[in-house]
Amino acid sequence: MSKSDPNAPRRLALIASRGTLDYAYPPFILATAAGAMGWEVGVFFTFYGLPLLLKDIGAAVSPLGNPAMPMKMPFGPEGFQNISWPIPTAMMSVPGFNALATTLMKQTFKNKGVASIPELRAMAIELDVKLIACQMTMDVFGFKKEDFVPESSIGGAATFLEYAADADVQLFV
Amino acid sequence: MATILEADRVLDCKGMLCPMPIVKISKEVKAAQIGQVIKMIATDKGAPADMQAWSRQTGNELLDSHEENGTFIFFIRRTK
Repeated sequence: MSKSDPNAPRRLALIASRGTLDYAYPPFILATAAGAMGWEVGVFFTFYGLPLLLKDIGAAVSPLGNPAMPMKMPFGPEGFQNISWPIPTAMMSVPGFNALATTLMKQTFKNKGVASIPELRAMAIELDVKLIACQMTMDVFGFKKEDFVPESSIGGAATFLEYAADADVQLFV
Repeated sequence: MATILEADRVLDCKGMLCPMPIVKISKEVKAAQIGQVIKMIATDKGAPADMQAWSRQTGNELLDSHEENGTFIFFIRRTK
């Protein structure tokens, strides 16, 4: 037996397990795109992905440990903006550098016409994407249901697996 | 080749990147009546492929897709 209901719309099941800005994009982009195509979508937010459900998303990005990440400037002439600045590793650990890198990346994304993570999440909610918070992670890191956007539901591995079993596409991002 | 088509509604997605154009068109289609035609304008280079996939997945008809001075023009008919 594959799908319980052959007439059901296509379904996408995602696991969002990382909470940095760069890792926050793939699940929200895929979830909104699938929702826009009329698919049913469920995202399981677990481990470091769980803070993406917080009312105030604090997702930042770190060039440290991200060796392929290009450092771009979001201002100036196009040629200048396209330069990938080589940043010495020692500088990446300087206090405040992550905040600077996050600000520059957010501005670069905005300039290019990419929606912000809060905007994408709001669209996902509008498209009825099911946002499932991992109960175990909540207990481990001390989050309460009230900390999350009210559209979130709570579940465990079995809850997600049952949902994913009926999905056409399942991805871990 | 540009096709002459009449549109009931126009959706401007210039300057937006993935996944905004298809999110916007899905909202616009829901707001339109069945049978109505929407003209969508986009600059996202991924839009031509994405709009075809979107139309196949949703069953709405992509009547025409062409490029005009660096922008992409789509005509979509809401079918259901």
